Amino acid sequence: MTEEEDRIEYAAQNAALHRKFDGVLTEPIPARMYMKRPMWLEYARAASLVAVGLAVGLALPMMRKAPPAPVAYETPLPIRAARAHLVYSPEVRHPVEVDAKDQDHLVKWLSKRLGLPLKVPVLTTEGFELLGGRLLPGPEGAVAQFMYQDGTGKRLTLYVTRPHAGEQVTAFRFAQDDGVSVFYWIDKDCGYALSGEVDKTTLARVASAVYKQIEP
Amino acid sequence: MDYNLIVPFIPNLRRYARALVGDRDGADDLVQDTLERAVRKFHLWRPGDLRAWLFSIMHNVFVNQLKARKIAPHVEIDENMIAAPVPTVTSVDVIDLQRSLLVLAPEQREVVLLIALEDMSYADVSRALGIPIGTVMSRLSRGREKLRKLMAGEVSRSGLRVVQ
Repeated sequence: MTEEEDRIEYAAQNAALHRKFDGVLTEPIPARMYMKRPMWLEYARAASLVAVGLAVGLALPMMRKAPPAPVAYETPLPIRAARAHLVYSPEVRHPVEVDAKDQDHLVKWLSKRLGLPLKVPVLTTEGFELLGGRLLPGPEGAVAQFMYQDGTGKRLTLYVTRPHAGEQVTAFRFAQDDGVSVFYWIDKDCGYALSGEVDKTTLARVASAVYKQIEP
Repeated sequence: MDYNLIVPFIPNLRRYARALVGDRDGADDLVQDTLERAVRKFHLWRPGDLRAWLFSIMHNVFVNQLKARKIAPHVEIDENMIAAPVPTVTSVDVIDLQRSLLVLAPEQREVVLLIALEDMSYADVSRALGIPIGTVMSRLSRGREKLRKLMAGEVSRSGLRVVQ
Protein backbone atom coordinates (compact mmCIF):
# COMPACT_ATOMS: atom_id res chain seq x y z
CA MET A 1 0.00 0.00 0.00
CA THR A 2 1.16 3.54 -0.60
CA GLU A 3 1.58 5.98 2.24
CA GLU A 4 -1.55 7.75 1.11
CA GLU A 5 -3.54 4.51 1.17
CA ASP A 6 -2.14 3.80 4.63
CA ARG A 7 -3.27 7.19 5.85
CA ILE A 8 -6.78 6.64 4.57
CA GLU A 9 -6.93 3.13 5.93
CA TYR A 10 -5.69 4.21 9.37
CA ALA A 11 -8.06 7.15 9.53
CA ALA A 12 -10.85 4.68 8.77
CA GLN A 13 -9.63 2.43 11.59
CA ASN A 14 -9.58 5.34 14.01
CA ALA A 15 -13.08 6.34 13.00
CA ALA A 16 -14.33 2.77 13.33
CA LEU A 17 -12.82 2.45 16.80
CA HIS A 18 -14.38 5.72 17.89
CA ARG A 19 -17.77 4.71 16.50
CA LYS A 20 -17.56 1.41 18.31
CA PHE A 21 -16.25 2.57 21.70
CA ASP A 22 -16.99 6.26 22.22
CA GLY A 23 -20.34 5.37 23.72
CA VAL A 24 -18.45 4.15 26.78
CA LEU A 25 -17.35 7.73 27.51
CA THR A 26 -20.88 8.81 28.27
CA GLU A 27 -22.01 5.69 30.13
CA PRO A 28 -22.68 6.42 33.78
CA ILE A 29 -19.59 5.61 35.83
CA PRO A 30 -20.28 2.63 38.12
CA ALA A 31 -20.75 3.74 41.71
CA ARG A 32 -17.96 1.47 42.93
CA MET A 33 -15.47 3.65 41.07
CA TYR A 34 -16.55 6.66 43.13
CA MET A 35 -17.65 4.96 46.29
CA LYS A 36 -14.31 3.65 47.24
CA ARG A 37 -14.27 0.30 48.92
CA PRO A 38 -13.29 0.38 52.59
CA MET A 39 -9.75 -0.78 51.87
CA TRP A 40 -8.86 2.03 49.61
CA LEU A 41 -10.88 4.53 51.55
CA GLU A 42 -8.22 3.91 54.17
CA TYR A 43 -5.50 4.59 51.66
CA ALA A 44 -7.24 7.70 50.45
CA ARG A 45 -7.64 8.90 54.01
CA ALA A 46 -4.00 8.19 54.77
CA ALA A 47 -2.97 9.95 51.59
CA SER A 48 -5.07 12.99 52.40
CA LEU A 49 -3.63 13.15 55.90
CA VAL A 50 -0.17 13.13 54.42
CA ALA A 51 -1.31 15.84 52.01
CA VAL A 52 -2.74 17.93 54.85
CA GLY A 53 0.45 17.42 56.81
CA LEU A 54 2.56 18.46 53.86
CA ALA A 55 0.34 21.42 53.09
CA VAL A 56 0.41 22.62 56.69
CA GLY A 57 4.13 22.00 56.96
CA LEU A 58 4.83 23.88 53.75
CA ALA A 59 2.27 26.63 54.22
CA LEU A 60 2.91 27.58 57.83
CA PRO A 61 6.45 28.88 57.46
CA MET A 62 5.43 30.76 54.32
CA MET A 63 2.38 32.43 55.80
CA ARG A 64 3.36 33.65 59.21
CA LYS A 65 0.26 35.83 59.45
CA ALA A 66 -2.20 33.13 58.54
CA PRO A 67 -4.18 31.73 61.46
CA PRO A 68 -2.76 28.43 62.59
CA ALA A 69 -4.48 25.57 60.84
CA PRO A 70 -6.17 23.11 63.15
CA VAL A 71 -3.74 20.23 63.45
CA ALA A 72 -6.25 17.57 64.32
CA TYR A 73 -3.96 14.77 63.20
CA GLU A 74 -1.53 15.60 66.00
CA THR A 75 -1.52 13.01 68.75
CA PRO A 76 -3.81 14.26 71.52
CA LEU A 77 -2.34 15.25 74.87
CA PRO A 78 -3.59 12.25 76.89
CA ILE A 79 -2.17 9.81 74.34
CA ARG A 80 1.21 11.54 74.33
CA ALA A 81 1.21 11.48 78.10
CA ALA A 82 0.21 7.80 78.27
CA ARG A 83 2.98 6.84 75.86
CA ALA A 84 5.58 8.81 77.78
CA HIS A 85 4.34 7.09 80.90
CA LEU A 86 4.72 3.66 79.30
CA VAL A 87 8.24 4.46 78.17
CA TYR A 88 9.67 5.85 81.39
CA SER A 89 7.69 4.49 84.33
CA PRO A 90 9.12 0.93 84.07
CA GLU A 91 12.68 2.28 84.21
CA VAL A 92 14.46 0.82 87.20
CA ARG A 93 17.81 2.58 87.03
CA HIS A 94 16.94 5.80 85.20
CA PRO A 95 13.31 6.65 85.82
CA VAL A 96 14.18 10.36 85.97
CA GLU A 97 16.91 12.65 84.73
CA VAL A 98 17.00 14.88 87.79
CA ASP A 99 16.34 13.34 91.16
CA ALA A 100 13.87 14.78 93.67
CA LYS A 101 16.87 15.54 95.92
CA ASP A 102 17.64 18.40 93.49
CA GLN A 103 14.07 19.60 93.34
CA ASP A 104 14.96 23.29 93.21
CA HIS A 105 17.23 22.76 90.26
CA LEU A 106 14.68 20.47 88.59
CA VAL A 107 11.91 23.05 88.79
CA LYS A 108 14.11 25.92 87.66
CA TRP A 109 15.51 23.93 84.76
CA LEU A 110 12.20 22.65 83.45
CA SER A 111 10.47 26.02 83.94
CA LYS A 112 13.18 27.64 81.88
CA ARG A 113 12.96 25.04 79.14
CA LEU A 114 9.16 25.21 78.89
CA GLY A 115 9.07 28.96 79.37
CA LEU A 116 6.46 28.50 82.08
CA PRO A 117 6.68 28.90 85.83
CA LEU A 118 6.16 25.29 86.87
CA LYS A 119 4.93 24.08 90.23
CA VAL A 120 5.60 20.57 91.37
CA PRO A 121 2.59 19.25 93.25
CA VAL A 122 3.22 17.57 96.58
CA LEU A 123 1.28 14.30 96.71
CA THR A 124 2.53 12.89 100.00
CA THR A 125 -0.94 12.97 101.51
CA GLU A 126 -2.14 10.85 98.57
CA GLY A 127 0.61 8.33 99.27
CA PHE A 128 2.95 9.33 96.44
CA GLU A 129 6.45 10.74 96.71
CA LEU A 130 8.25 12.69 94.00
CA LEU A 131 11.03 10.67 92.34
CA GLY A 132 12.17 13.48 90.06
CA GLY A 133 11.61 14.64 86.51
CA ARG A 134 12.84 14.74 82.98
CA LEU A 135 12.68 16.80 79.84
CA LEU A 136 10.90 15.32 76.81
CA PRO A 137 10.34 16.51 73.28
CA GLY A 138 6.77 17.33 72.26
CA PRO A 139 4.98 18.90 69.29
CA GLU A 140 5.32 22.35 70.88
CA GLY A 141 8.89 21.87 72.02
CA ALA A 142 9.92 21.00 75.54
CA VAL A 143 7.70 18.89 77.76
CA ALA A 144 8.22 18.19 81.47
CA GLN A 145 7.50 14.84 83.05
CA PHE A 146 7.43 14.44 86.81
CA MET A 147 7.37 10.98 88.29
CA TYR A 148 5.87 9.86 91.57
CA GLN A 149 5.94 6.54 93.36
CA ASP A 150 3.95 5.04 96.21
CA GLY A 151 5.09 2.61 98.91
CA THR A 152 4.34 -0.42 96.70
CA GLY A 153 6.42 0.87 93.79
CA LYS A 154 3.40 1.98 91.73
CA ARG A 155 4.26 5.01 89.65
CA LEU A 156 2.36 7.99 88.33
CA THR A 157 3.65 10.54 85.87
CA LEU A 158 2.58 14.13 85.46
CA TYR A 159 3.08 15.39 81.91
CA VAL A 160 3.21 19.17 81.53
CA THR A 161 3.32 20.86 78.14
CA ARG A 162 2.34 23.95 76.29
CA PRO A 163 -0.84 23.03 74.44
CA HIS A 164 -0.39 23.06 70.68
CA ALA A 165 -2.33 25.27 68.32
CA GLY A 166 -5.17 22.85 67.60
CA GLU A 167 -5.86 21.97 71.21
CA GLN A 168 -8.80 23.58 72.94
CA VAL A 169 -9.01 24.51 76.59
CA THR A 170 -10.69 21.63 78.36
CA ALA A 171 -11.96 20.87 81.81
CA PHE A 172 -10.91 17.85 83.76
CA ARG A 173 -11.14 14.76 81.50
CA PHE A 174 -10.44 11.08 81.60
CA ALA A 175 -8.86 8.95 78.88
CA GLN A 176 -7.37 5.51 78.57
CA ASP A 177 -4.73 4.27 76.19
CA ASP A 178 -2.97 0.94 76.15
CA GLY A 179 -3.84 0.13 79.76
CA VAL A 180 -2.79 3.54 81.04
CA SER A 181 -5.42 5.76 82.68
CA VAL A 182 -5.03 9.48 82.18
CA PHE A 183 -6.70 12.48 83.76
CA TYR A 184 -5.93 15.64 81.90
CA TRP A 185 -6.93 19.23 81.47
CA ILE A 186 -5.76 22.11 79.35
CA ASP A 187 -5.81 25.71 80.45
CA LYS A 188 -4.80 28.65 78.30
CA ASP A 189 -1.05 28.32 78.88
CA CYS A 190 -0.53 24.77 79.78
CA GLY A 191 -1.76 21.21 79.40
CA TYR A 192 -1.49 18.70 82.24
CA ALA A 193 -1.94 14.96 82.19
CA LEU A 194 -1.59 12.58 85.11
CA SER A 195 -1.04 9.00 83.98
CA GLY A 196 -0.84 5.73 85.78
CA GLU A 197 -1.66 2.06 85.53
CA VAL A 198 -3.99 2.38 88.49
CA ASP A 199 -7.73 2.26 88.94
CA LYS A 200 -9.72 5.26 87.91
CA THR A 201 -10.83 6.18 91.44
CA THR A 202 -7.29 6.34 92.79
CA LEU A 203 -6.13 8.31 89.78
CA ALA A 204 -9.07 10.71 90.08
CA ARG A 205 -8.26 11.34 93.74
CA VAL A 206 -4.60 12.11 93.00
CA ALA A 207 -5.45 14.12 89.92
CA SER A 208 -7.82 16.37 91.82
CA ALA A 209 -5.06 16.98 94.39
CA VAL A 210 -2.75 17.98 91.55
CA TYR A 211 -5.41 20.16 90.05
CA LYS A 212 -6.05 21.99 93.35
CA GLN A 213 -2.38 22.72 93.83
CA ILE A 214 -1.76 23.90 90.31
CA GLU A 215 -4.93 25.85 89.60
CA PRO A 216 -5.51 27.96 92.68
CA MET B 1 -2.82 13.88 45.78
CA ASP B 2 -6.55 14.02 45.57
CA TYR B 3 -8.68 11.20 44.18
CA ASN B 4 -10.77 13.87 42.48
CA LEU B 5 -7.87 14.47 40.10
CA ILE B 6 -8.27 10.93 38.81
CA VAL B 7 -12.05 10.93 38.37
CA PRO B 8 -11.99 12.91 35.08
CA PHE B 9 -9.90 10.15 33.52
CA ILE B 10 -12.28 7.33 34.41
CA PRO B 11 -14.36 7.54 31.19
CA ASN B 12 -11.22 7.26 29.03
CA LEU B 13 -9.84 4.43 31.12
CA ARG B 14 -13.15 2.61 30.72
CA ARG B 15 -13.31 3.14 26.96
CA TYR B 16 -9.79 1.88 26.49
CA ALA B 17 -10.36 -1.08 28.82
CA ARG B 18 -13.56 -2.02 26.97
CA ALA B 19 -11.71 -2.17 23.66
CA LEU B 20 -8.75 -3.93 25.21
CA VAL B 21 -10.59 -6.62 27.15
CA GLY B 22 -13.72 -7.01 25.06
CA ASP B 23 -16.41 -7.49 27.68
CA ARG B 24 -17.95 -4.92 29.91
CA ASP B 25 -17.49 -6.61 33.27
CA GLY B 26 -13.93 -7.67 32.62
CA ALA B 27 -13.11 -4.16 31.43
CA ASP B 28 -14.64 -2.49 34.48
CA ASP B 29 -12.75 -4.88 36.74
CA LEU B 30 -9.57 -3.80 35.01
CA VAL B 31 -10.49 -0.15 35.58
CA GLN B 32 -11.36 -0.79 39.21
CA ASP B 33 -8.08 -2.59 39.88
CA THR B 34 -6.25 0.23 38.14
CA LEU B 35 -7.92 2.88 40.28
CA GLU B 36 -7.16 1.01 43.46
CA ARG B 37 -3.56 0.58 42.49
CA ALA B 38 -3.34 4.25 41.56
CA VAL B 39 -4.59 5.20 45.01
CA ARG B 40 -2.01 2.94 46.63
CA LYS B 41 0.72 4.41 44.43
CA PHE B 42 -0.27 8.06 44.81
CA HIS B 43 2.94 8.78 46.60
CA LEU B 44 4.95 7.59 43.59
CA TRP B 45 3.25 9.96 41.17
CA ARG B 46 5.39 12.94 40.27
CA PRO B 47 3.59 15.97 38.92
CA GLY B 48 3.48 15.45 35.18
CA ASP B 49 1.23 13.65 32.80
CA LEU B 50 -1.37 12.07 35.02
CA ARG B 51 -3.09 10.42 32.04
CA ALA B 52 0.05 8.60 30.91
CA TRP B 53 0.69 7.57 34.50
CA LEU B 54 -2.81 6.10 34.87
CA PHE B 55 -2.53 4.24 31.58
CA SER B 56 0.84 2.87 32.62
CA ILE B 57 -0.77 1.53 35.80
CA MET B 58 -3.56 0.01 33.73
CA HIS B 59 -0.94 -1.59 31.48
CA ASN B 60 0.74 -3.23 34.48
CA VAL B 61 -2.57 -4.46 35.87
CA PHE B 62 -3.56 -5.77 32.43
CA VAL B 63 -0.30 -7.65 31.99
CA ASN B 64 -0.70 -9.19 35.44
CA GLN B 65 -4.26 -10.21 34.62
CA LEU B 66 -3.15 -11.78 31.36
CA LYS B 67 -0.56 -13.79 33.20
CA ALA B 68 -2.95 -14.77 35.94
CA ARG B 69 -6.07 -15.74 34.06
CA LYS B 70 -5.79 -15.01 30.39
CA ILE B 71 -8.63 -12.51 30.25
CA ALA B 72 -8.65 -12.29 26.48
CA PRO B 73 -7.99 -15.38 24.45
CA HIS B 74 -5.37 -14.44 21.96
CA VAL B 75 -5.10 -16.41 18.77
CA GLU B 76 -1.66 -16.29 17.29
CA ILE B 77 -1.68 -15.83 13.58
CA ASP B 78 1.16 -17.15 11.56
CA GLU B 79 2.29 -14.41 9.20
CA ASN B 80 2.40 -17.03 6.42
CA MET B 81 -1.33 -17.52 6.66
CA ILE B 82 -1.96 -13.97 5.60
CA ALA B 83 -2.85 -13.89 1.94
CA ALA B 84 -1.68 -11.44 -0.64
CA PRO B 85 -3.18 -7.93 -0.43
CA VAL B 86 -6.60 -7.37 -1.87
CA PRO B 87 -8.30 -4.00 -2.34
CA THR B 88 -8.70 -2.17 0.95
CA VAL B 89 -12.04 -2.22 2.67
CA THR B 90 -12.44 1.16 4.30
CA SER B 91 -15.70 0.50 6.05
CA VAL B 92 -13.79 -1.55 8.55
CA ASP B 93 -16.49 -1.62 11.17
CA VAL B 94 -18.89 -3.64 9.04
CA ILE B 95 -17.15 -6.71 10.33
CA ASP B 96 -16.95 -7.30 14.04
CA LEU B 97 -14.27 -4.91 15.14
CA GLN B 98 -14.17 -6.18 18.67
CA ARG B 99 -13.46 -9.75 17.64
CA SER B 100 -10.75 -8.62 15.28
CA LEU B 101 -9.11 -6.58 18.01
CA LEU B 102 -9.02 -9.59 20.28
CA VAL B 103 -7.15 -11.54 17.65
CA LEU B 104 -4.31 -9.01 17.79
CA ALA B 105 -1.50 -9.84 20.17
CA PRO B 106 -2.19 -7.92 23.40
CA GLU B 107 0.97 -5.83 23.04
CA GLN B 108 -0.10 -4.76 19.54
CA ARG B 109 -3.68 -4.17 20.66
CA GLU B 110 -2.49 -1.84 23.43
CA VAL B 111 -0.42 0.29 21.07
CA VAL B 112 -3.11 0.46 18.37
CA LEU B 113 -5.79 1.46 20.88
CA LEU B 114 -3.70 4.03 22.73
CA ILE B 115 -2.88 5.74 19.45
CA ALA B 116 -6.00 5.21 17.36
CA LEU B 117 -8.58 5.51 20.14
CA GLU B 118 -6.90 7.52 22.89
CA ASP B 119 -4.99 9.82 20.49
CA MET B 120 -1.80 9.46 22.47
CA SER B 121 1.54 10.54 21.07
CA TYR B 122 4.28 7.97 20.50
CA ALA B 123 6.11 9.47 23.46
CA ASP B 124 3.09 9.05 25.75
CA VAL B 125 2.59 5.46 24.62
CA SER B 126 6.27 4.78 25.13
CA ARG B 127 5.99 6.10 28.70
CA ALA B 128 2.71 4.35 29.44
CA LEU B 129 3.89 0.95 28.23
CA GLY B 130 7.52 1.31 29.24
CA ILE B 131 8.86 0.50 25.76
CA PRO B 132 11.09 2.46 23.35
CA ILE B 133 9.45 4.70 20.77
CA GLY B 134 10.82 2.50 17.98
CA THR B 135 8.96 -0.45 19.47
CA VAL B 136 5.80 1.63 19.69
CA MET B 137 6.06 2.41 16.00
CA SER B 138 6.77 -1.16 14.89
CA ARG B 139 3.97 -2.60 17.02
CA LEU B 140 1.64 0.06 15.70
CA SER B 141 2.33 -0.64 12.06
CA ARG B 142 2.17 -4.41 12.54
CA GLY B 143 -1.00 -4.10 14.59
CA ARG B 144 -2.68 -1.74 12.17
CA GLU B 145 -1.77 -3.92 9.24
CA LYS B 146 -3.02 -7.06 10.92
CA LEU B 147 -6.22 -5.30 11.88
CA ARG B 148 -6.68 -4.14 8.30
CA LYS B 149 -6.27 -7.66 6.98
CA LEU B 150 -8.59 -9.09 9.57
CA MET B 151 -11.23 -6.55 8.79
CA ALA B 152 -10.77 -7.10 5.08
CA GLY B 153 -11.37 -10.79 5.64
CA GLU B 154 -7.94 -11.74 4.41
CA VAL B 155 -7.38 -13.84 7.47
CA SER B 156 -10.11 -15.57 9.32
CA ARG B 157 -10.42 -14.60 12.94
CA SER B 158 -9.81 -18.13 13.96
CA GLY B 159 -6.40 -17.81 12.41
CA LEU B 160 -7.15 -19.83 9.33
CA ARG B 161 -6.71 -18.58 5.85
CA VAL B 162 -9.85 -17.66 4.02
CA VAL B 163 -10.23 -19.86 1.02
CA GLN B 164 -12.00 -18.23 -1.89
